[in-house]
Amino acid sequence: MIKKMVSILASEFEVEEDVITPEANIKETMHLDSLSLVDMVGLVEEEFGVEIKTADLPTIKTFADLYDYVYKNQK
Amino acid sequence: MEKNERRVVITGMGIWSCLGTTLDEVKDSLYNGYSGIIFAPERKEMGFESGLTAYVKQPELKGLVDRAHRVFMPEEAQYAYMATVDAMKMAKLDAEYMEKHDVGLLYGNDSSADAVVKSVDTMRNKKSTHLVGSGAIFQSMNSTVTMNLGCLFKLRGINMTISAACASGSHAIGLGSLLIKWGLQDCIVCGGAQEVNPFSIGSFDGIGAFSKRENEPAKASRPFDAQRDGLVPGGGAATVIIESYESAMRRGAPIIAEVMGYGFSANGDHISSPNVDGPRKSLLMALDQSGVSKDMIGYINAHATSTHVGDTNEAKAIYSVFGNNMPPVTSTKGQTGHEMWMAGASEVIYSILMMKNNFIAANLNYEYGDEDTGKLNIPSYRLDNHPFDLFLSNSFGFGGTNSTLVIKDWKE
Repeated sequence: MIKKMVSILASEFEVEEDVITPEANIKETMHLDSLSLVDMVGLVEEEFGVEIKTADLPTIKTFADLYDYVYKNQK
Repeated sequence: MEKNERRVVITGMGIWSCLGTTLDEVKDSLYNGYSGIIFAPERKEMGFESGLTAYVKQPELKGLVDRAHRVFMPEEAQYAYMATVDAMKMAKLDAEYMEKHDVGLLYGNDSSADAVVKSVDTMRNKKSTHLVGSGAIFQSMNSTVTMNLGCLFKLRGINMTISAACASGSHAIGLGSLLIKWGLQDCIVCGGAQEVNPFSIGSFDGIGAFSKRENEPAKASRPFDAQRDGLVPGGGAATVIIESYESAMRRGAPIIAEVMGYGFSANGDHISSPNVDGPRKSLLMALDQSGVSKDMIGYINAHATSTHVGDTNEAKAIYSVFGNNMPPVTSTKGQTGHEMWMAGASEVIYSILMMKNNFIAANLNYEYGDEDTGKLNIPSYRLDNHPFDLFLSNSFGFGGTNSTLVIKDWKE
C-alpha cells in the first residue's frame, strides 16, 4: 500500500518519490495549500477507497499519519 | 497617468491558433492559404451532425506553470497563457514592470464547458462533490481566463472577462482602448479565447449551424461563397497588448499599430439571425470614432462565418457603407473556421500580419458570390505586393452584439 501511495502522490503532485518519507510533513513536502489538499483527499478516496473525514484531516500531518489512517479505515 | 483622449497603440501580439502557434507560422499559413480544418470522426460517434472542426495543438504547460496552478486552467486558459507569454515578450512587459504598475486584463470568453460537464459526470456517477477536484470551480467559470492570467502574471489593473458571444475578443480590445484613451489605464492585456472540445459546441451543432461538407474539410468553411452551407467551429487564443502612446514610448516598447476607433451596436432583434442595420451602425460608428474617411480603409476583415444569412447581411451592411468604392474584403474564417469568442482578437492579429507583410490572403474557398456577396470586392486569390495601412475588422455575435475596430499601421 505504501509503495503505491508514494508513487501516486509523487506523480500527481510532481515531487520525487524519495522525498516522501514517513516522517516528512505532507503539506510542506508536496507544496499543498488548502485547495490542493482537497485533491489529495480525493486521490486517496479514488485509489484506496478511504474517505478522509474533514474533522480527521488536521490529525494527518506526516505521511506515516496518512498510511496509518488509510490502513485503519480500509474495508 | 496622462489624461484626455490619448492615442492607443498595440505593442505586443501572441497567438495559439489552428494556423500556428507563433506569429511567423501564422503569417506563413495565411500567405499559403493553409486550412486548419479537419474531420474528427469521434464527433460523429457523439452524435454530431458535422464532424468538422479546426485542429488546435494542445500546449504542454508542465515545466512552465506549476501543478497547483495548472489544475485551475481549462484548455482555453492554457491557449491564452501561451499567447500572452509571447505577446508580453514582444511588448517587453516583464514581471518587474507588472509588479510596479497597474497593468489591466480584458479578455473575451463566453464558455468553459468541459470542466462543467466533467464535474457533473463525477457528481452523478460518484455522488460526491469533493471528487470533482479543486480546479473544477475555477475551470468552469466564464471568467476562467482572466482569473488565471491575472494570478499567473500578477496583473493589478482592471481584470474582467468580456462575454459578448462571437464579438467578445473584439469588444475586449475596443473597451480596453476606451479605458486607455480616457486615461483610466496605461496598459491592458486584451484578447480572446475559445475552447475546442466537443462538449462546448455540441449544442451549437444541434441547431444545424455547421457545414456538412465532411468529405472536403479544407473546403468546408467558405465565407461569402454562394455554395456555403454553414460554419466550422475553431478556437485557440489571441492576445493583443494595448497601451497609451506615452506609456509605450516611456517603456521603450515596439509600437506595431494604432487602435484608431471602436464602434459597437446591438441589433435588438433575433437571437441568432443578424440583421443589416445593427452591423451598419457599428461600422459607421467605428469610422466616425476613428476620424478617418471610409476611402482610406485599405482592407476589411469581415466577420463572415460561412453561414447563409450572416454573410448575406454583413455583405449588405458593408455595401451600404462602402458602395462601389470598396476595398478588398475577406474573411479569414475560410482558413480558421469560426474562432468565436477568440475571433475578434485573432482577426486583428491576422490582419496586422498581412498589413505588415503587404499581402491580403485569399478569401479561401470563395468561388462565386451570390446576389449580395457578389457586390463586395472579395479576392479569391492572394493579393501580393498589396500594401495597405488602415483596416477595419468586424465581429458580430449571437444576441445581436456588434463590434468594429479600425486599426492603422505604425511606421517609425
